Amino acid sequence: MSIIEMVLIALVYLGIFSVAGLFLVLLERRVAAWFQLRIGPNRVGFQGLLQTMADALKLVSKELTGTEKADKFLYNLAPYFVIITALMALGVIPFTKDFQAFDINIGIFFLIAISSIGVIGILLGGWASNNKFALIGAMRSGVQTISYELSVGLSLLTMILLTRSLQLSEIVEVQKNGWLIVQGHIPAIIAFMVFMIAGTAETNRAPFDMVEAESELGAGFHTEYSGMKFAYFFLAEFINMFLIAAIATTVFFGAWLSPFGITESIPWLGVFWFLLKTLILVFLMMWFRWTFPRLRVDQLLTLEWKYLLPINLVNIVIMAFVVWQNLIIQF
Amino acid sequence: MQETTTINNNFKSEEYFINMGPQHPATHGVLRLLLTIDGEIIKKVEPDLGYIHRSIEKMCERDSYQQIVHLTDRMDYLSSHINNEAVCLTVENALQLEIPERVKVVRTIIGELTRIASHCLWWGVMGMDVGALTTYFYGFRDREMINDIFEETCGARLTMNYNVPGGLMWDIHPNFVNRVKAFVKHFKTKIPEYDRLLTGNVIFQKRTKGVGVLSKEDAISFGASGPVGRGSGYSCDVRKYHPYSALDKVTFKESLQTAGDTFARYQVRIQEMWQSLSIVEQLIDNIPEGEHRVKTNAVIKLPKGEFYQKVETARGELGVYVISTGTKNPYRLKFRSPGFSNLSLLNHIAVGGKIGDLVATMATLDLVIPDIDR
Repeated sequence: MSIIEMVLIALVYLGIFSVAGLFLVLLERRVAAWFQLRIGPNRVGFQGLLQTMADALKLVSKELTGTEKADKFLYNLAPYFVIITALMALGVIPFTKDFQAFDINIGIFFLIAISSIGVIGILLGGWASNNKFALIGAMRSGVQTISYELSVGLSLLTMILLTRSLQLSEIVEVQKNGWLIVQGHIPAIIAFMVFMIAGTAETNRAPFDMVEAESELGAGFHTEYSGMKFAYFFLAEFINMFLIAAIATTVFFGAWLSPFGITESIPWLGVFWFLLKTLILVFLMMWFRWTFPRLRVDQLLTLEWKYLLPINLVNIVIMAFVVWQNLIIQF
Repeated sequence: MQETTTINNNFKSEEYFINMGPQHPATHGVLRLLLTIDGEIIKKVEPDLGYIHRSIEKMCERDSYQQIVHLTDRMDYLSSHINNEAVCLTVENALQLEIPERVKVVRTIIGELTRIASHCLWWGVMGMDVGALTTYFYGFRDREMINDIFEETCGARLTMNYNVPGGLMWDIHPNFVNRVKAFVKHFKTKIPEYDRLLTGNVIFQKRTKGVGVLSKEDAISFGASGPVGRGSGYSCDVRKYHPYSALDKVTFKESLQTAGDTFARYQVRIQEMWQSLSIVEQLIDNIPEGEHRVKTNAVIKLPKGEFYQKVETARGELGVYVISTGTKNPYRLKFRSPGFSNLSLLNHIAVGGKIGDLVATMATLDLVIPDIDR
C-alpha cells in the first residue's frame, strides 16, 4: 500500500466519520426528544437532518476563548488526543469483508489500547485549563477509565477464548457458524452485559457521566473549552459511543454477517447489517442515558471493583470450561 | 505547613476551596455555596446569600395591604397563590372579615393545585440533579396542565395575584371545575409513572438512601418545616394543626417519614401529591355558590396591634407577621420563609458526603432562592 493510498484512505475515513459523528449527535437529540415528550430538532433540512451540520459550522466559526492562566500547550493539545484516538480506532472496524482499513492480527488489542489513550486527553484538558471543576472532572475520568478498562478488556478476553484469534476478520469468520453470543451462550451473554456497562462507562456517558456531571460540575473537564476544541470533545464522545457499539457488534453479533445468512450472496449489504446492529446498540446506550440517574463516584468504583470485575473473572473460567468441554452451540 | 520534608508529605491531601454558584446548574438560581472540599468529600458548606435581595419586607412598609399581596408572588414564586393567601388571611383576620365559603373552597383548591405544581417541578429537577434528565420534562408536562388552569382562572401562570384581601379578584372560570377534574384524573395515572421512572430505580435509591440524614431533634432545632421536617418524622403540617380556609372541612393524611434522609424527603413529597389530589377531589364537586369577594374599604387600615398568620406552602411554614400602628401601611412586616430555615441546615447534613450527595441533598431541600433572599 503506497503512502498516497494510505493518506487517501485516512482522509475518506476522516470525512465519513466526522459526518457520521454529527449524525449520531442528531440521532441522540431526536432519541432524547422522543424519550422526553419533545419533538427535537426538525427545522434545518428534512426532519432536522442538517441541524448538527449547522451546529458544527457555528462551532467552527466561533472564537476560541480560553483561560488566561491555562497551560497553553497542554490545553491546546488535549482535544486532539481525544478526537484522534477515537478516529484511529475506527481504522480496524470491519464494516464488510473488504471495507476495513487495517486488518491487523492484534485487532482487539489495538482497539483496547487505542481507546484508553483518549483519557489522557481528558486528563490533560482538565488539568491544563486551570479550573477546579474541570480538574475534579478530569480526576474522576482518570479513576473511571482506569477501572472500567479492566472490565472492557476482560469481557472481550472472554470472547477471545471462543474465537482463538485477536484478528477482527477472523473473529467474524468464526461467526459464520452462529454469532458468538449464541455460540458462547450463557458466558457470552454475561460478557456482553458487562461489556455494555463498562463500555458505557468508558465513553463517559450517563449513567456514568461522572466526568461532566452537569448538575455537579457544570460541564466538567471541558468547562473552559469553546468553539471547535469543545466540538472535538463532543464529537469524540459520540464516535467513542459508536466504537463501543461497533466492537460489541463485531465480537458478539457477527459484524457484517446477515442473520441466518439471508443476504450472503450480496456482500456489500454487510455494511447495512453492520450499521443496523451498531445503531441498535447505540440506541441502547442512548436509552441508558435518558433513563438512568447518575451514579455517585464511589458507587461507580464499587460497581466495578466489587461486582463487575469478580463476575468477569468467574465468567472467564466458565467460558474456558465451555470451550474445553466443547459446549459451544454451532449451526 | 512548615514541617520538615518526609516522604509522606508528598502524598498529603489538602483541603481546598471551591465556589459553587451563583451561576451553577445545581443551585437553581443565584445561590452561592462556599465549599471546602477534601478530594470529593465535603468538609464545610457556607451558603452565601444576597444575589437576589429586593428588600421586599421594606417595600411592604411603603405599600398598602392590597399592594403587598403582589409582592409576595415574587418570594416563593412556585407557591405564589399560597403566599398571597397568607397575606390576605392576615388582613382578613385582623379586620375580622367574614369570608364567603366559596372563596375559602376555591382558595384551598388552587392552593393544593399550586402545591402539586410546585412538587411536579421539584420532582423534575430532583431527577435532573441526580442525573436523570428525562424526569424534568415529565414533571413539566403535568405542571403545564395546572398552569393552564391557572391561566384560564386568573390570567397568570406563575405570579397569580388571584387573592385580594376580602376574597378573590374574579370568580372562577366556568371551565374551572371540569378542567380540574380532568387534571385529577390525568395526574392519578402519572404519579405511578413517576415512581416507575425514578423512585424505584436502583441507582436513584442508592444515591438517596442514607444521604443527608437529618434527625428529628435537629429538624426541630433548625426550624425545619414542610417536607424537610416531615421527612425526619417531625409532624409540622400547618394545614393539620392550624387549618385555614377550607382545610378544616377535608380529611387528609399528613405524610410522615422517619428516616430523615434524602429519600425520605423525596417520598414525603410524592405522598403529598397524592394527599393534595385527594383534597382537591373532596372539594371540587361542592364549591358553594355565593360571592367571590366581600367588599372592603378602598383603603384598608388594620387596627393597631400585632398579627400573625401561618400557612403551609409547598416548601413549609410561611409566617406573616404584621405590626400595625393603625395606618394604611404596616409599621413592620416580617415573612418567616420556609426556605431560609431549610437552607440553614444544609451545612449540618451535607458535611461528610460527596459532591454528588450535596447536590442530591440540596434538591430535596427544594430551595427557591427568591424565597430565602427576599
